[in-house]
Amino acid sequence: MSRSRPGPLDYLARWPLRAWMVATTVFLYSPLLTLMVFSFNNSRRNIVWRGFTLDYYAQVLGDDSLIQAFINSLTIALISTLFSVLLGAATALLLWRFRFPFKAGLEGGLALPIVVPEICMGVALLVFFTKVLPWPTNMVWPFNLGVIIIAHISFSFSFVASVVRARLASFNREQEEAARDLGASEWRTLIDVILPHMRPGLVAGGLLAFTLSLDDFVITFFTSGPDTTTFPVKVYSMIRFSVTPEVNAASTLLIVITVALTAIALRLQGSDGAAATAPH
Amino acid sequence: MTKPAQSIITFENVTKRYGKVIAVDNVSFSISEGEFFALLGPSGCGKTTLLRMVAGFENPDEGRILIDGKDVTDTPPNRRPVNMVFQSYAVFPHMSVRDNVAYGLTVEGVGKAERLRRAEEALALVKLDGYGERKPDQLSGGQRQRVALARALVKRPRVLLLDEPLSALDAKLREQMRFELTQLQEKVGVTFLIVTHDQDEALAMASRCAVMNRGVLQQVGAPSDLYEFPNSRFVADFIGQVNMFEGILSRDDPDRAEITCAELTTPVFLDHGVTGAAGSTLWIAIRPEKIELKGRKDGEAKPIMEDAPEGANVEPGFIRHISYLGSESVYEVDLTSGRRIKALRSNLTRWDQEDFQVDQPVWLAWHACSPAVLLS
Ligand SMILES: Nc1ncnc2c1ncn2[C@@H]1O[C@H](COP(=O)(O)OP(=O)(O)OP(=O)(O)O)[C@@H](O)[C@H]1O
Ligand SMILES: [Mg+2]
Repeated sequence: MSRSRPGPLDYLARWPLRAWMVATTVFLYSPLLTLMVFSFNNSRRNIVWRGFTLDYYAQVLGDDSLIQAFINSLTIALISTLFSVLLGAATALLLWRFRFPFKAGLEGGLALPIVVPEICMGVALLVFFTKVLPWPTNMVWPFNLGVIIIAHISFSFSFVASVVRARLASFNREQEEAARDLGASEWRTLIDVILPHMRPGLVAGGLLAFTLSLDDFVITFFTSGPDTTTFPVKVYSMIRFSVTPEVNAASTLLIVITVALTAIALRLQGSDGAAATAPH
Repeated sequence: MTKPAQSIITFENVTKRYGKVIAVDNVSFSISEGEFFALLGPSGCGKTTLLRMVAGFENPDEGRILIDGKDVTDTPPNRRPVNMVFQSYAVFPHMSVRDNVAYGLTVEGVGKAERLRRAEEALALVKLDGYGERKPDQLSGGQRQRVALARALVKRPRVLLLDEPLSALDAKLREQMRFELTQLQEKVGVTFLIVTHDQDEALAMASRCAVMNRGVLQQVGAPSDLYEFPNSRFVADFIGQVNMFEGILSRDDPDRAEITCAELTTPVFLDHGVTGAAGSTLWIAIRPEKIELKGRKDGEAKPIMEDAPEGANVEPGFIRHISYLGSESVYEVDLTSGRRIKALRSNLTRWDQEDFQVDQPVWLAWHACSPAVLLS
């Protein structure tokens, strides 16, 4: 073959590009790797390697307040994901299906929690829940987490709605009409035909909502109280004194859990995403 | 053919508007039980809209639609005794072929054994036996269409609605499906209402057609009626090929008429009377295959058509172009007025195609009963 201009993928074979890729990989993954490695380091000072130990994991698992924070985080993430998916899916369906006044406004407003700086959201929610709608303190677990859950739903449902809305755009309306034509009621059509099409969007949106909630710091920091610490907030309070191996160990656990959940969800999405996007 | 008496779908002054666009304009006609009825017309003429109103996805702004004599205006699509094959087939991608076909029965609440039996039956009907386990993405376009057909037929509808069912298939498959659809219709005996913009398709399959133009119903009739007795310039032109001349009714008796056309040297003679005021403008349409070609030499007398007065219905011209199509040849002939017209001649023997050459002078002749007179 004669020499020709390289195609876009050929550039990957050139050395500047390779160097650049190596650099990104290093800067992206080496901090994480360091964190994980030092969680096994048998030394209180995180500087030199002093041998392997699982002591800090034992300490983390023995630390009641850390475990409580962890359980809080998971509970908040689960409940807020559930509601975000329900609300987000309903909103997406509404925007996709119907025409109504101020629709454009609602669609724009939906993007607000995505673009508004998180710190502002945090302050706004703090003011709202202390001044406008005070959430009763000293409620029993898990109702004391209500404020945080509502705060998380309020920003993550719009992510779900956006993802599901995008998925619905590829729906062939003739399928809905076909179901109606074959005798299905509107509800039946929604359940039998539209929901299966939405599913990859629901999974992706749910995943997004879950991880957003699990690792949210800023908004949670403003809305959590002494009894309602979440894992990120707890970690933050721990490193205010020093970065201890316990923090490393706890963070490693969080990373592993998040990655595992993501993998599972992506796998779920992959299997029926393929079927749902087949050419019709 | 015996004419079935029972009317199964009746359109009564049906009008549908989208904003300022009148998609369907005061349409009235009815379809009888057992017919293979085609809605024919150019793109955007309102065929799909009419079909969707039967299915219940749109409602008429004015007028009403009767199915089996009952006004269905307030009946939602899921309660109408009609089923539709969609243009995109709309097969449910997440269900197996069997579940797709059985879907209508599932929502109806038909028991499982009965459901499966009828689904298999329907699959066999469209020659898809053994495909039940497959997912739609493992089927070809033609097979997906068969699934859509089976899925609609399994409900035993009173009328099967098909929107451009053949448009997405390749030429060869289209040809075959035309045949299969007519066979299927004879087999199941269900009334078919099919939408198409392909006149060949409509003529080949339908027992009756309705021709629409810009929302207005132009003519309803058997394919041969539409072809031989069009009621307007639009229908004459839309169905098949035609040579059209504008003229003035110069003579009108009960058993004969003459129309003077500026583009022809002699008036067109007709062996029947015309409904129209003397002196009014009208049009005549002559199909290419109804024009006879005869060789012409200089100084030779005009040939005489036995069913017309001397000189009438014969025109001199020159062949300008010949398209040899195997079974027939199309001759494009310039008249002395400069008007170009088409004549079609079957190649009855292997030497017929050599009878005429380009630039040869010829006579064009037609019988007094061949031209169609059009008032609009
Ligand atoms: N939902 C709609 N909203 C607005 N206008 C519409 C709608 N559906 C159809 N129309 C208009 O109504 C007219 C008839 O449309 P219709 O789809 O019935 O045409 P058609 O005969 O099926 O054409 P084609 O052969 O291209 O499918 C067109 O002018 C079209 O633009
Ligand atoms: Mg159409």
